[in-house]
Amino acid sequence: MGSRTPLYDAHIGLNAKIVPFGGWDMPLHYGSQLAEHHAVRRGAGVFDVSHMQPVDVTGPAAKPFLQYLLANDVNKLREPGRALYSCMLNARGGVVDDLICYYLAPQRYRPVVNAATADKDLDWMRDRAKGFDVDITRRDDLAMLAVQGPSARNLAEPLLPASLRDRAMALKPFHAAEGDGWLVGRTGYTGEDGFEIMLPAADVGTLWQGLLQAGVVPCGLGARDTLRLEAGMHLYGQDMDEETDPLSAGLGWTVSWQPPERNFVGRQALQARREAASLPHFVGLLLTTRGVLRAHQRVLHAGVPVGEITSGGFSPTLERSIALARIDAAAAAAEGTEVAVEIRGKAMPARVVPPSFVRNGKPKITV
Amino acid sequence: MSDIPNDLQYTESHEWVRDNGDGTVTVGITDHAQDALGDLVFVELPEVGKQLAAKDACAVVESVKAASDIYAPVAGEVVTVNEALGDTPETINSDPYGEGWIFQLKLADTDADAGLFDAEEYQQVVEDEA
Repeated sequence: MGSRTPLYDAHIGLNAKIVPFGGWDMPLHYGSQLAEHHAVRRGAGVFDVSHMQPVDVTGPAAKPFLQYLLANDVNKLREPGRALYSCMLNARGGVVDDLICYYLAPQRYRPVVNAATADKDLDWMRDRAKGFDVDITRRDDLAMLAVQGPSARNLAEPLLPASLRDRAMALKPFHAAEGDGWLVGRTGYTGEDGFEIMLPAADVGTLWQGLLQAGVVPCGLGARDTLRLEAGMHLYGQDMDEETDPLSAGLGWTVSWQPPERNFVGRQALQARREAASLPHFVGLLLTTRGVLRAHQRVLHAGVPVGEITSGGFSPTLERSIALARIDAAAAAAEGTEVAVEIRGKAMPARVVPPSFVRNGKPKITV
Repeated sequence: MSDIPNDLQYTESHEWVRDNGDGTVTVGITDHAQDALGDLVFVELPEVGKQLAAKDACAVVESVKAASDIYAPVAGEVVTVNEALGDTPETINSDPYGEGWIFQLKLADTDADAGLFDAEEYQQVVEDEA
């Protein structure tokens, strides 16, 4: 049996199909993954993401520590209430995990890491913290909901603590507001507008029920995966891992090379890799026939293997199959290139497209 | 609780078989199977005319979650496939024993259904899996 979030019984009460995920027993769907997906694109859905691990990094050296720990630079967070996506690298430049780091107050930051890697991440962070005057605290007392979709913020607003409502509604993307032990961020993993809300575990049941009563659709990990894939967002362990560096996984934009004197873990290895070899190209694929692309299928160009799918699936919005893929040959990675994907021994036609398929309810590619 | 009609036969791999009484059988996947797979989004049908041995992998159903092989419950020749599933694979979710049928086989021999389960035995298969 896995760990359970404070909402486990609520999920069971909604007839959720429960699956093991990263050491947790989590809802996969509540009946139809497709219906949940569409609810987020067209209205509002809520995900229990309490399995994700918030970690508070506090103390006089919190900022220099995170500037050393993360490949993106928390110095970009000019004032409290801003957030940034980053990879945390090992010395070889491989990705230990990806995370969103919130800047809460001077000397107080909150990275939120993946559930499956939380224990490893905490050990890694504490080992790297030697010599820095910081405290690293697991916030197991917090629960977390993601309310996503075009009407998500409006439906969530009345359920927020009164002191937070105006500030939460005024947030720009990748900004957050804190109060009454809650942290409301205008962030997400679906390609839609919405909030991610961290709050005391004791309060989450009321918020969950309030959202459902307001018509927000409960959504499971299944829809979370198809939504993030359509949005072209990476999944740790699939699109990148400890053996993959961010430059090879389409995450070069998250690596902050300036200033050159900032020494972050993995910088040397990444720099060498950037200067030495031709890096793989990270692309989107659209299957132009019926079928479903899946992770690890081989990509062929003119009959020759040129790469591999890292994440694939069915896009409910496009009603086609899409994928993220790593392509070694530059000639096969250009947008519009006709390639093939090997599915059960057969080469099926696919097209290279930008790795972002749907945003704010609208297709970004032509099928 | 999944639906297991009494008038069908079943396999361990969750196909159902309907004896059409004319030397052919119709094959689909059970309510339990469609529920476990989740929303279906693609069906790869067998080729008409193909000769199958019992337990041959002959079709594939893909849900939002994963691909899953369909096995020939008995030996025979594929005589008809449900082309409508190409456009509406979700019919298998909504009507697994009716409009969601997948293919029909002409039996290779008349004792072909030996080894299939009846509804009660299949119920046990489902319960043992839980």
